[in-house]
This record gives sequence, structure tokens and C-alpha cells, in this order.
Amino acid sequence: HLATSLPLPSEQDHLRPKIDLIVFVIDIKNKRSLKNVDDSLAYVDASFFLGKVCFLVTGVGRVNCCSVEMDAVSKLAETYCSPVICCELELEAIRVSTAQRLLRLLEICAGHIPGVSALSFVSLMCNSADE
Amino acid sequence: KKADPPKTAFFLCKQWTLYSVTPLYGFSGARLKDYARLLSVAIAAEKQKGVAVEMDAELDTNIKVDVSSLPDLKGRNQDHAAILVQLFSRSPTSRRNSENKPLWSGWFCSVSGDDLPKSVPKEFTLLPLFLTNGAECYTSLVGSWFQKTFDCCFCRLALSPLNLSWMAVIWTGHAVDRTASAMELVFSVPSLPQPLNISYAIHPEDAKALWDSVHKTPGGITQEEVDVFMDCLYSHFHRHFKIHLSATKLVKVSTAIASAHCSGTIKFLHSEHLTRVLMLLTELARSQI
Repeated sequence: HLATSLPLPSEQDHLRPKIDLIVFVIDIKNKRSLKNVDDSLAYVDASFFLGKVCFLVTGVGRVNCCSVEMDAVSKLAETYCSPVICCELELEAIRVSTAQRLLRLLEICAGHIPGVSALSFVSLMCNSADE
Repeated sequence: KKADPPKTAFFLCKQWTLYSVTPLYGFSGARLKDYARLLSVAIAAEKQKGVAVEMDAELDTNIKVDVSSLPDLKGRNQDHAAILVQLFSRSPTSRRNSENKPLWSGWFCSVSGDDLPKSVPKEFTLLPLFLTNGAECYTSLVGSWFQKTFDCCFCRLALSPLNLSWMAVIWTGHAVDRTASAMELVFSVPSLPQPLNISYAIHPEDAKALWDSVHKTPGGITQEEVDVFMDCLYSHFHRHFKIHLSATKLVKVSTAIASAHCSGTIKFLHSEHLTRVLMLLTELARSQI
């Protein structure tokens, strides 16, 4: 399910299936996308931040089009204890591998991978990012 | 240290293309005349080979190369003096003219600010910023000679919207006289079938007043202050035109001090602030090596 911002319209509440993972997309070329994500985070229930949220930063391939400071994104990720995945949607290979990563993350969050919980996996991701 | 106004007039009001350069190996400030000779031989050889060089069909141009040092153009004593390379046409018509304007100019410089440059081994010379004015064919001729001779690497210096917003803030912060021109920001709107540019002009006194109200940290500028300044400008624009400039790409910043474009070009407009702008550009060049 794609949405341009939160909260989601309440009319569809009863038809909506359980949400396993929220991916916030930040376009590094668009400063407004960061503000949009920041505003939307306020509408997310705290329980999601135990491994069911991640930030996807797109457009990282073009360093001369940067309108968003990576420091700001890292600070956001740290505040909300969620990992950051960087990708470049214009390149097909990276698009495909990013999609596979997100799918894997979704499987874990939905509880389909035995022995790995969303929380344990996310703390693994955050720790390896720090190193 | 301020360079003399008559000398700096040469650098003003011209469009310079920016490059970052890796340290030069085996460069000596004492051998500039030799380098000029070697470079002119190399250019003549390239023309013999039939490399396409733009020239007036009437003129049989021989290129005269001049390499000189600009000792005043540096930041600190540890910086190497700037090196100016100029190409003049040796045609009969140009000799008649009293004012022999160069065909092409390029200069290497290193203007360090408060943070000292990382010291490089003795055999290397650190001149990270290269600025050119003139035809691209000459730039590549001169550039490839320097790359071959001094084992260095040139790279176009791109200016991201983040870099440009810092420039807008820094140049607004400097007091200029009452006749200063407006600050102009140009934004490019992405993902449209027809390219669309939005130009936003702000009275320099209003811009300075806004910056003064935002700037709280003494002796330095923080990213947060830059963000607040730009957000104020964006919300003002949104209030009037209902357009979110934060969703567009800042491509050009123009103030009374200088004008910079994201493709990596700059125009110096005020001799007093030349060194300050060069300091910013040197730092950017160093970070992109």
C-alpha cells in the first residue's frame, strides 16, 4: 500500500489488512520529502518502532543534486531506532536488490521467518551500521 | 590579506568553470617559464595532429602560453601561491591591438581558511582549486598536459543545492553597500514535460535582516541556521504563490558578492570578497578530491 503522507484516510480502515512494515521514502533531491516524513512519523504508533519501520533514502547516486543532508537522515533514524537503507532507483540492478532486501525485511516483520524476530533483526542492522 | 583591486579586476565579472585537482607531483614554482614553453610545444603538437581547435578561419593562430605566479592570492603562508596559465593568440591582428586579451585563462589556487590544509609530502604541491575561462577545447589541452606532466587528476566541481544554500547564507551575511543588487535564487522544477525555472529575488537588506535574526551562534554558521533561513524564504514564497520551493532543486545563487551555478561555474562580483569566496571554493574542492 502506497501513501503520500500519514495519517491514512480513515474511510478504508475496516478493509485494510494488518500492517507489518512501514517504509518511509526520503528523496535526497527533495528537501520537502524529509519534512513530509518527519510530519508523518507523528502518526505512527510507538509499537511499530520495535523493528517495523525503516527509512529508504533514494537518489543517493547523484552527489551534486543533494538537497537533504545525510546527517539529518541519520539523526532521524537514531531518534526512531530504525535502520536506513540507501538506494538509487534509476539503476535497475540496485532497484531489484533493494526490493529484495525490503521483501526479506517484510517477511521477518510478518513473522514468516522462524527464529528471527523483527526487533532482533533490526538491532542487528542498526549495530552493523554503527560499525 | 587583500589583493590589490587593479590586479583582482581581471578575475571579476567573468564566468569561471570550477575543477578540483589532486596534488601536483614534481611541480616547482621556479620553473614557470619552462612549463610555459613545454605547454606551447604540446599545444602546437596537438594542432599538428589535427585535434579540432576552434579558431577564426582567417587567423593562422600560433598559441603563446604564459604561466605566472600570483603571490597575493592565497589564504595562509602555508598555501602555495596561485598559478595563472594564459593562452594568447599570436596572430598579426592581435599584435596590432594594444590590449591583448587572452584566448583562454586558467588558474590554480589554494586559499585556506581556519582549518590548515593537510600537509602533503615535499614532492607534492597542493593547489586543489582550478578555474577556467575560455573554450572547452583549450581546457582539455591544458588539462591533459598538466595531468601527464604532474600526475594529477582534474574533476569538475559540482555544486549541490546544499552547497548553494550555504553560499546564499554566507554571502548574505556580509554587509555590502546600499547599491548592492538583489539576492536571486533560481530553482529548477523536476519531473515536468517542459523544463521550468523559478527565479526568486530578495532585497539584500531584507535578506540580511532575516539572516541577522536567525544567526545566533557567534563565530560560526550551523547547518540548522542555514535550514531555518532557507525555510523562511520557502514559506514566504509558499504563502504568496502556493508553491513548495523545498520540493524543487536550487540551481543558482546570485548575490552582490558572487554568483554560483550548480553545474560548477562561478562569477566573482566584488573584489573585496574575492578571497573569502575562494576560501569556500577551496574547501569544497579539497573535500571532493
